[in-house]
Amino acid sequence: MNQVDYHPMWADLGLNLDTHDQLLAVLGKVYQDFFLSQPNRPKGMDYFNFVMSEVHGLRIKELIDARAAGRKVIGSFCLYVPEELILAVDGISVGLCAGAEFGTAKAEMFLPRTTCALIKSFFGFILEKVCPYIAASDMIVGENTCDGKKKSYEQFRKLVPNFFGMDLPQTKSDEGRNLLRSEYVRFARALESLSGRTITVDSLSQAIETVNAKRQAIHRLARLRSADPAPISGLDALLINQIYFYDDPIRFTQSVNALCDELEQRIAAGNGVFPKGHPRILVSGCPMAIPNWKLPWIVEQNGAVIVGEESCVGERGTRNLTSAHGDSIETLFDNLVDRYSRIDCAIFTPNSERIDHVDSMSSAYRADGVIHYALQFCTPYQMEAFQVEKTLEEQKLPVLRIDTDYSMEDVEPLRTRVEAFIERIRS
Amino acid sequence: MRAAGIDIGSRTVKFVVMENRDIVHEAIAYNSHDPISVARSLLSEHAFDRLTATGYGRHLISRTLGCDVATEIRAAAIGTAVMVPTGRTVIDIGGQDIKVISTGENGAVRRFEMNDKCAAGTGRFLEIMAAALSLSMPEFIQMAQTAAQPVRITSMCAVFAESEVVSQLARGCPRDELALGIHQAIAHRIAGMAQRIPLTETIVVCGGVARNTTLIRELTRVLGLPIVTPERAQLIPAIGAALLAGSF
Ligand code: SF4
Ligand code: SF4
Repeated sequence: MNQVDYHPMWADLGLNLDTHDQLLAVLGKVYQDFFLSQPNRPKGMDYFNFVMSEVHGLRIKELIDARAAGRKVIGSFCLYVPEELILAVDGISVGLCAGAEFGTAKAEMFLPRTTCALIKSFFGFILEKVCPYIAASDMIVGENTCDGKKKSYEQFRKLVPNFFGMDLPQTKSDEGRNLLRSEYVRFARALESLSGRTITVDSLSQAIETVNAKRQAIHRLARLRSADPAPISGLDALLINQIYFYDDPIRFTQSVNALCDELEQRIAAGNGVFPKGHPRILVSGCPMAIPNWKLPWIVEQNGAVIVGEESCVGERGTRNLTSAHGDSIETLFDNLVDRYSRIDCAIFTPNSERIDHVDSMSSAYRADGVIHYALQFCTPYQMEAFQVEKTLEEQKLPVLRIDTDYSMEDVEPLRTRVEAFIERIRS
Repeated sequence: MRAAGIDIGSRTVKFVVMENRDIVHEAIAYNSHDPISVARSLLSEHAFDRLTATGYGRHLISRTLGCDVATEIRAAAIGTAVMVPTGRTVIDIGGQDIKVISTGENGAVRRFEMNDKCAAGTGRFLEIMAAALSLSMPEFIQMAQTAAQPVRITSMCAVFAESEVVSQLARGCPRDELALGIHQAIAHRIAGMAQRIPLTETIVVCGGVARNTTLIRELTRVLGLPIVTPERAQLIPAIGAALLAGSF
């Protein structure tokens, strides 16, 4: 696919070409081993393979072209940054990935070793000059979520152009909602002054419809995964959820729907990627950003299929729609706040909705067990893991708690745990 | 039918041949850089109809010899069910990891815990500590057993614990008290893991470290529950694998 030489473009963006080539080489190899080698993949995955193969190529060129045409690119790290507002000023939203172990040594010049892999990763990427998305962004949004992110942004903001810090509540109280709303208004003002455009009822409702359509396509995909045999692997479904964050929303929605048409045919024909009756796993916990595919790969290599992700890269992020009803900006902002304050992220307290959601997803997708996935040093999710485990085990749903990071050094012990968990489910 | 189980651990390889539920052959060898050769020499000259591999090297052996695999967790649970039929909690302390398994009837795995990326409390940790005190393993265990009081060891990282021990020695702490302190620290660590799952009696400790009578004494004290160490404790997962191979 890669006939075009993107090196001049990367050089213009100020990337370190040697290091960046190394990163792409690793990524290509892992993609080959984890994704392309899977048997009986749906044809509709071709589009996503293409997007992945062009993740630092064509997509970046599209961003650069769009900027040349006057559009703005906004990079962000968290679900609480409303994509609707970005689209309402005709901007482009990119979720920055931070899923690779890269530049850790440099990152640890700014961060304690006991920082989660995700934070280390986005520091590593900027310090090693290998992220074309950051380089192609007009604004980077950082939110006050966990302590790790909040405090690390104090240094990160000096490393990126045009950092916008967004405060977030920690409770779902009225005061919390008010804070969220005023921060969204402030963010909207910043977007307007960056883009020179005004957010209108029309542009915002249009943006809401666009993002809702994208979410609905993902809901459709999620429902199809409840079939036995599973029509698509968990790895492929995760990949789609990851690409959700940086692809063009309309093209993405069409591609997911086209894939779903194919999956419906597969289900009708009883055609799955694993045999019928294969143990089914729900993964719940920290976000898995590209290319963090370690755990799903281990699970699907060792006798189970993943049927859902209760994760920011997954259903926590896509579950709720924003109401597009309202004929004033105020109402539409209220709708946004309604929608976003329902995200059940572990930085909120209390957050019992999350456990209910894990539970309802397990039944909807007919999971035989739940793997709770937390990044090491991620206090919010590591803490909630105990409650998730206790509640679900009491309901006789097996739970495996895993704490890990991005390195491959613990693959063998993880494999043992996952295999033993699948043995437990089978027996 | 003769069924065999092989347990490729990080430190040792264990091999068992069973006929019905009777052990007809057993062997333990040190592992090397080349686990396949170690396994092959253990298997040679022993006839069996089916083989199941367990332990961290199970997939390696299965790829080479084409046998079935089971995790150490399942194998230890099955092996315990036969050796100690009343066992409901299995604590398997191996060279590089610790597993705590809650089992039901017939060795069905209910819950399990396994240590994270860390050697604290494992057989390897004990070896490093004995070496830091310039003691052989039997001396280390014996000295700890008769010590009047422990010296508290706070670090559970093998590297930090070693330097802690060295500096305590330099301050003139008696070796037997340090040896006891180390055993107690490990017992607390293992108990912490074990208490995360429902601890049901009978509690069975297997794995190579089950032979460490001081550790068993301390663990019994910390848990406040009696512990059974079966004969051939180190062979339990291999026995479980053989039982699975033979569906006995
Ligand atoms: S886990 Fe919470 S803080 Fe992290 S990306 Fe998700 S919503 Fe944001
Ligand atoms: S994974 Fe946890 S610690 Fe890391 S950024 Fe997200 S919430 Fe914070």
